[in-house]
Amino acid sequence: MAVDNGPKLELPENVFVSKLDELASWCRKNSLWPMPFATACCGIELMATGAAKHDLARFGAEVFRFSPRQCDLMIVAGRVVMKMLPVLQRIWQQMHEPKWCISMGACASTGGVFDTYAVVQGIDRFIPVDMYVPGCPPRPEQLIQAIIDLQDKIQREGTITGREFDTAGRQARKRALVEIASPLSLDASRNPVLQRELAAAAEPAVRS
Amino acid sequence: MPHTPPAVDDILTALVERFGPVESSVYRGQTRVVIAAEPAFEAFSLLHSRGFDLLVDVSCVDYLEYKGAKQRYGLVYLLANTATNQRLTVRVFVDDPEPAVPSVVPLWEGANWLEREVWDLFGIRFEGHPDLRRLVMPEEFTAHPLRKDYPLQGRGERHNFPVITRDHS
Repeated sequence: MAVDNGPKLELPENVFVSKLDELASWCRKNSLWPMPFATACCGIELMATGAAKHDLARFGAEVFRFSPRQCDLMIVAGRVVMKMLPVLQRIWQQMHEPKWCISMGACASTGGVFDTYAVVQGIDRFIPVDMYVPGCPPRPEQLIQAIIDLQDKIQREGTITGREFDTAGRQARKRALVEIASPLSLDASRNPVLQRELAAAAEPAVRS
Repeated sequence: MPHTPPAVDDILTALVERFGPVESSVYRGQTRVVIAAEPAFEAFSLLHSRGFDLLVDVSCVDYLEYKGAKQRYGLVYLLANTATNQRLTVRVFVDDPEPAVPSVVPLWEGANWLEREVWDLFGIRFEGHPDLRRLVMPEEFTAHPLRKDYPLQGRGERHNFPVITRDHS
């Protein structure tokens, strides 16, 4: 007994059918913009990875930017001391969603041999990390492997709305914070202090 | 062939004339002299006026539980005379509690950050320093970590930070 599935759609040979999520992930994973947080010798290997011989451009991740606003992949290469950690956290928070983090080398991942009062024993204690690269320092091939693995992860888990990070939920919570009346808000309708200052500025100045 | 700096006998004579007998020794042609903490600034002024125009470094050694040590901290001042190439190492010893020496910033501007570093890591107070803040450790740090009684792995300062998760960032 034949089942009627309705009219069949014929696709030309050069058309693929996919999910929008997978398309977005495919675009993202092949255009990673790394933020090099290089503090030690791992940074030298990071530079070698981006240079001609190892050529990170083959994996679409060669555009190193020194502004966190333009990056979506933070590569922490080297030991992070306790004075640097607040800076690291701030830069991580300044990066736009969706974003990922690679902890490169023994020091960034565990503190390495520097088990002293000044060195943070693994950045994953304080910021989220997606990939760890072992080595002291790791060879460029290892970093490239980590980037390939991260690309697989992005393709596997990524969604166009960032559901894997609960982006929408977190944005809603952040927005709720902004909408509270606050003396720090730049929106005058929510800032009583700013309202008073604007009213004072609107009055004609009295000169004595 | 190693270079031996010119002798500083004239300087030592001047120091003895002014402050009485001072402890000094020579090692491989380099002279080391010990000055008491009280007249230290006067002594440094004398050395400065006698041509030691360059303060190379200020450092410190913690002699806690060191055999034969009478006082806990030994400051090290490396001086140089750029005209005659003479060099002189000056030691000033101070002790707990509240070790302090006069600042030499009025004589050598370069002492500013050197003394801040010693204050930061050893807790030696430099009286009269224009801006005695921490140099290498974070401002909120409370200990002086190069003291021998400070544990190598710290007292938990390196773990005392807020944790940023995916939810916060």
